[in-house]
Amino acid sequence: MAYLELDRVAKQFGAQTVVDDFSLSVGKGEFISFLGPSGCGKTTTLQMIAGFLDPSGGAIRLEGKDLTAIHPAKRGLGIVFQSYALFPHMTAAENVAFGLEMRNVPRNERAERVRAALAMVGLAGFEDRHPRRMSGGQQQRVALARALVIKPSVLLLDEPLSNLDAKLREEMQIELRQIQRTIGTTTILVTHDQNEAMSLSDRIVVMSQGKIEQIGTPQETYERPASAFVSQFLGKTNDFAGTIDRTATPAQLVAGSWSAPAPAGLSGPVTVSIRPERIGFGDAGLHAKIVTRIFQGNHWLFQCDSECGPAIVIRQNDGTAQPAEGESVRLTWHPQDMSMRARAGA
Amino acid sequence: MSMAAEERSARAPWALTAPALMLFVGVLLIPLAMTVMLSFHDWGQYKGIEPVFILKNWHEIATDPYYAEMFWRTFRIAILTTLLTALLGAPEAYILNRMDGRWKSFFLLVILGPLLISVVARTLGWALLFGGNNGLVNKLLMSAGVIRSPIPFMFTETGMVVALAHVMMPFMVLSVWAALQRLDPQIENAAMSLGAGPVTIIRRIIMPQIMPGVLSGAIIVFSLSASAFATPAIIGGRRLKVAATLAYDEFLNTLNWPLGAAVATLLLVALVLIVVGSNALIERRYAEVFR
Ligand SMILES: Nc1ncnc2c1ncn2[C@@H]1O[C@H](COP(=O)(O)OP(=O)(O)OP(=O)(O)O)[C@@H](O)[C@H]1O
Ligand SMILES: [Mg+2]
Repeated sequence: MAYLELDRVAKQFGAQTVVDDFSLSVGKGEFISFLGPSGCGKTTTLQMIAGFLDPSGGAIRLEGKDLTAIHPAKRGLGIVFQSYALFPHMTAAENVAFGLEMRNVPRNERAERVRAALAMVGLAGFEDRHPRRMSGGQQQRVALARALVIKPSVLLLDEPLSNLDAKLREEMQIELRQIQRTIGTTTILVTHDQNEAMSLSDRIVVMSQGKIEQIGTPQETYERPASAFVSQFLGKTNDFAGTIDRTATPAQLVAGSWSAPAPAGLSGPVTVSIRPERIGFGDAGLHAKIVTRIFQGNHWLFQCDSECGPAIVIRQNDGTAQPAEGESVRLTWHPQDMSMRARAGA
Repeated sequence: MSMAAEERSARAPWALTAPALMLFVGVLLIPLAMTVMLSFHDWGQYKGIEPVFILKNWHEIATDPYYAEMFWRTFRIAILTTLLTALLGAPEAYILNRMDGRWKSFFLLVILGPLLISVVARTLGWALLFGGNNGLVNKLLMSAGVIRSPIPFMFTETGMVVALAHVMMPFMVLSVWAALQRLDPQIENAAMSLGAGPVTIIRRIIMPQIMPGVLSGAIIVFSLSASAFATPAIIGGRRLKVAATLAYDEFLNTLNWPLGAAVATLLLVALVLIVVGSNALIERRYAEVFR
């Protein structure tokens, strides 16, 4: 049974629909990411779960109980805000202790749990620091400790890492994942960083304009994107116009000079999507010319001008010779590496 | 850069600020120094001001209990006014801050609007409402039989505190408002998610953070109230004097300028000490919130 369930949740601000028909069930201990561009309704959805906003429609249930009927102060969720929202007049320890105080945890136990929580996020010894005297990463950890110390049923994280620099963000991602694995708290992370979503989550909810585009494991959403939006949003992709010709035997899928036996299903004009790292240089396939060649350490990035429009190719730097700029090449790929959707018009 | 250019650029700030600096020295520092000097001069009913150096005026202020009472009253009124504005102004600012956009700007205008009206006009309003038997409110209440004699307002300390608080309220509201603007917009939600109720949120989270704003507002209100002239002059007249009206009387009615100068100097020194002292205390106490 689903632990946390959102059932056709909707939110309108005036005439504007910000979240629409949002259904999701989250298993206990699962790590879910809401991924989508700015303004797509991620924060709004999270705030409805937290109770700071009331849904205009639908239901939110936690362990089968209606969550919207419970006051936000009584929901027992742990929340890390994008701005951290630490209490600046309290020390790190006082910040973390606040939730325990509200629960009337006895002083001794409180001190012990605060100490353990701060140690868990790597801040042992910072008990008496005030937030404004801590770095962004340290403040972020205090916020995390403050949310976790109350043993929340669900942990809600609203872009907690977006204020950190790239290196620190990566470290915190690893730490966050480890902490979540260790204590097994059901977690929902809001982010617009696809790498963050992919490296942290069990499942990703890709959103666009208040609607769910796809729910799936990171691999699923990356390799079998359900829509053009998902494939564009999750990493780079190449879209080529192709046609499925069912009059030929066997049926053929043709994109420029590349062709393969057509899979069952679609027919007529289609769009073919292939990830750049799945395209290789071969003797047959799409005619293309290398426009630029960029060396990026462990891989090469090629921007090509193909007969089906611009294309990006990524090749591992495995020591083999790579084509030079201006060289003519043929682009080829395995049919199982691409995804296809119907294309309007001919 | 050449020496000449360096010299020129070093002189530039001085040259540019010179006009303002001269005005500042001319209309503030020189008169102030002259006032201090004046307080050491002698004065007699018939001989007028004698430019000698004596401590007569200071001695009089230090020994005559009349002056002690006067200053004590001045600061009592200023403190009560400050308390009243803080008690009313802080919640007012908080409520204002929680209002929706349109109402917020409307009520902000209502609060700040009085600043555009002269203090004299605002205080006279109180006099019109409560002034003796003819005051509008007193008249109404008496004819309705609610009270038998007029509510004492004019020539009372209570009246002065109420009228001053009315005049000073915008300063307190603005000061607290500024502190509220610095609050993280999610801070109340954060406290709520940890299980805090509305009262706890205000007491434990909001109050400590806006306290510096309340205190700096208090400093402004206190110093303006202690040195206020128009309101005490209208409400208290010559019957209930405070330091500012006393100095004025010495200057313009008794014509004892040196004594008036001594009163004015003492008021200034006392205020500067109190303001600087409490400011230092506040900054130390709230170092964490101010940073
Ligand atoms: N209180 C509000 N009143 C009216 N519109 C709102 C309100 N809050 C949010 N919106 C609108 O709802 C939409 C979604 O906002 P939301 O904050 O959920 O976006 P988001 O996905 O979290 O974006 P970001 O990544 O920028 O944080 C936006 O278009 C925003 O303008
Ligand atoms: Mg957001």
